[in-house]
Amino acid sequence: MNMMNRYLGSAAIGLAVAVTGGVAFAETPPNMLVIANRIDDITTLDPAQSFEFAGSDVLRNVYGNLVNFDPANLEAGYQPDLATEWSVSEDGKSITFTMREGMTFTSGNPVTAEDAAMSLRRVVKLNKTPAFILTQFGFTPENVDEMITFDDNTVTITTDQQYATSFVLNALTATVGSVIDYKTVMENEVDGDMGNTWMATNSAGSYAYKLDSWKPNESVTLSSNPDFYLGAPEMERVIVRHVQESASQRLLLERGDIDMARNLNPEDIAGIEGADGVKIVDELKGRLMYASLNQKNEQLSKPQVKQAFKYLVDYEGMQNSFLKGKYTIHQNFLPQTYLGSVKENPFSLDIEKAKGLLEEAGVPEGFTIEAGVRESQERIEIAQSLQNTLGQVGIKLNITVGTAAQILARYRARELDLYLGEWGPDYPDPQTNAGTFAYNPDNSDEANATGLLAWRNAWDTGGLTEKVNAAVIETDTDTRIQMYKDMQAEFREISPFIIMFQQIEQTAMRDNVEGFSTGQAITAASYWTVTK
Amino acid sequence: MPVLWKIASVIGSILVTMLGLLFVTFIIGRVMPIDPVLAIVGERASQSTYDAVYVQLGLDKPLIVQFLYYIGDVVRGDFGISLLNARPVAEDIARVFPATLELATIGVIMGVVLGVPLGVIAAVKRGSWIDQVARVVALVGYSMPIFWLGLVGLLIFYGILGWVGGPGRVGIFYVDVMPTITGLLLVDSLIDGNWAVFKDAFSHIILPASLLGYYSLAYISRMTRSFMLEQLSAEYITTARVKGMSEWSVVWTHAFKNIRVQLITVIALSYAGLLEGSVLTEIIFSWPGIGSYITTALLAADMNAVLGGTVVVGAVFILLNIFSDLLYKFLDPRAK
Repeated sequence: MNMMNRYLGSAAIGLAVAVTGGVAFAETPPNMLVIANRIDDITTLDPAQSFEFAGSDVLRNVYGNLVNFDPANLEAGYQPDLATEWSVSEDGKSITFTMREGMTFTSGNPVTAEDAAMSLRRVVKLNKTPAFILTQFGFTPENVDEMITFDDNTVTITTDQQYATSFVLNALTATVGSVIDYKTVMENEVDGDMGNTWMATNSAGSYAYKLDSWKPNESVTLSSNPDFYLGAPEMERVIVRHVQESASQRLLLERGDIDMARNLNPEDIAGIEGADGVKIVDELKGRLMYASLNQKNEQLSKPQVKQAFKYLVDYEGMQNSFLKGKYTIHQNFLPQTYLGSVKENPFSLDIEKAKGLLEEAGVPEGFTIEAGVRESQERIEIAQSLQNTLGQVGIKLNITVGTAAQILARYRARELDLYLGEWGPDYPDPQTNAGTFAYNPDNSDEANATGLLAWRNAWDTGGLTEKVNAAVIETDTDTRIQMYKDMQAEFREISPFIIMFQQIEQTAMRDNVEGFSTGQAITAASYWTVTK
Repeated sequence: MPVLWKIASVIGSILVTMLGLLFVTFIIGRVMPIDPVLAIVGERASQSTYDAVYVQLGLDKPLIVQFLYYIGDVVRGDFGISLLNARPVAEDIARVFPATLELATIGVIMGVVLGVPLGVIAAVKRGSWIDQVARVVALVGYSMPIFWLGLVGLLIFYGILGWVGGPGRVGIFYVDVMPTITGLLLVDSLIDGNWAVFKDAFSHIILPASLLGYYSLAYISRMTRSFMLEQLSAEYITTARVKGMSEWSVVWTHAFKNIRVQLITVIALSYAGLLEGSVLTEIIFSWPGIGSYITTALLAADMNAVLGGTVVVGAVFILLNIFSDLLYKFLDPRAK
């Protein structure tokens, strides 16, 4: 729906509410949580394959991991979950986890060390897209049976080299670290798929909820697990309904037919703010909005030009207008709240400074470049803002708008001069972003390292690649934090990435809903903590 | 012409049309600048993962081979697996199409029941206040954005008055309650004897169906008026009046009888348009129908789903066309 429709819809509802004095009110049952969310990104509910936001939210509540975050205290970092404790071997390559005792899956099967080990092995053997979160530690389908082992009550993970323990444990909190009821899953194996097809629409977990149904683009329903080791959730049933349109979500919330609306646009947030019985909760998420400059373009590869672009973004103007409430200025590759994140944002719109830099670079007259933007309203608006500010120094920005797949294909083929897009971390460790923004061991076309953002922009990161490598094996956490801070300072100055904003998620909910967390930047949403 | 030959001719015509439809949809699917592999593996995937999926989808084979495989699959009722949700597309369509069918059928019934008499009366009373009202109704139906009318309708009848259910096919209490028999929730709840679900489903469908019905009414009433005006100015109508026939007989027995064939085309087109799915209505009312299904699939480059949905919609058009032809022959002996 285009922007005009969006505004008209919000305006229509706002006007009518003002005239009539509000909508009639219903209420959801006290033991049921009803959420309106866009869930059309869910492609599967197999934790070995799921890699989307809405899917992660569901799976976070269905499966436990060896270690995970406490939604009530996310700053504390990883905590014991299905494992109660762990120890690291002398050579730093093996971590042994002791399983919590007395837990059962929703099938009634006991949760064992074997389940935990086989779950991780299954991820590696299936080798779906998110498997790289585990395979980066040297696991392959051939060696994983020797690398991830178990006995009666312990699971041992042995990596190919010594890594920072925090790196390994943070990676294990990702969705691919979910512990599944391996016996039940393998009973549903078809043609050697390790239960992948069955798991797409069924659950086999031990956590707060079990999946009742998932109807694509329609709804997800969960029912509580009374045997959940942290105690039976107060919300016995959770229904996540796919409601595409912001104005419809708002109406449902105001009417009291849902408890929470997760995709209200800024106009509807402004309209509903202060309404009786509704509250808005802001949380920082991990997504970064950035523009990047292809270093294959001779002009864009000049250091002064890269610098100039960073002074040609109207950060404040965008943050305070069409991105208000949705994004906050952030100019570093680690999102705030991540280990090693920094808050320095040294760049602001400065046309004169940019002109001086372009003169130094020998291009005072500017040049013409093409920007690739997917057809999302806010990205197009950002591109238009960039077009305006770049135009003031003679740089002509031709904006090509396409579907996500179209633009992404050209970006991965290193064809775009400028790419405008978002990046969300894959797991809650600084390596997830450092390893793509600042890491590029082989910048040649033949390397075809399409997964690396630095490679996509043909950027030879110089010494940063080695620094990224060094940080993942640094065992002292404080030193490791400092390494990321230093890397980001260097990155800000020399990289072709103009990191602009970090996403804020605004959740509107009935004011009797307490305890909900979106998981912020580092994990997914938790429903079991909700009370009404 | 022997009856068997006629039947064979109709079937042959259907098959050729379907083959053409399959060919066009297949080509569109292949020439679109969307990478289906990327849609599956995501932007984080390595090149090796990308290559593996490329081969797995059969994209390494010549186009003609891919097309032949595709026809074979469709003949078996297999539209492939949705690239995005890993479920058979046929299952997805079986789930979403009844939702649209139910909505469109009620919508078109409303459109016909109200639109045809309105159009006839407007023509008979040409220039009167009722004609002006009919024209305004049609004009508003044509010109008002459907999303706006939908939202305002939702706000008034659901939000403020609470007369109808909100977005979705049923309220939260009835999610996953009904076993799927036909997929038509109203029908299934009746078969099951579950009146509570029937009432709830009815309260949810009535507003979006009315909205579609209104658009259908606008089109049908306008066309009916136009057809009727043409007939009412014909000489045989003057003759009938001169002979002293009642106005009722003149209008309904003579004039209306002669526009039925044209009206069937209009109604069939209107119905087909609604069955194709009214995307905006489905989005506003969170109605899980085929329109929003195809749109979502298209934006996500899920070409199996797009092609499956398109084939079904195309088949619906063809079937409605045949049905219209049969009705022509029934209503107008000259067409036999």
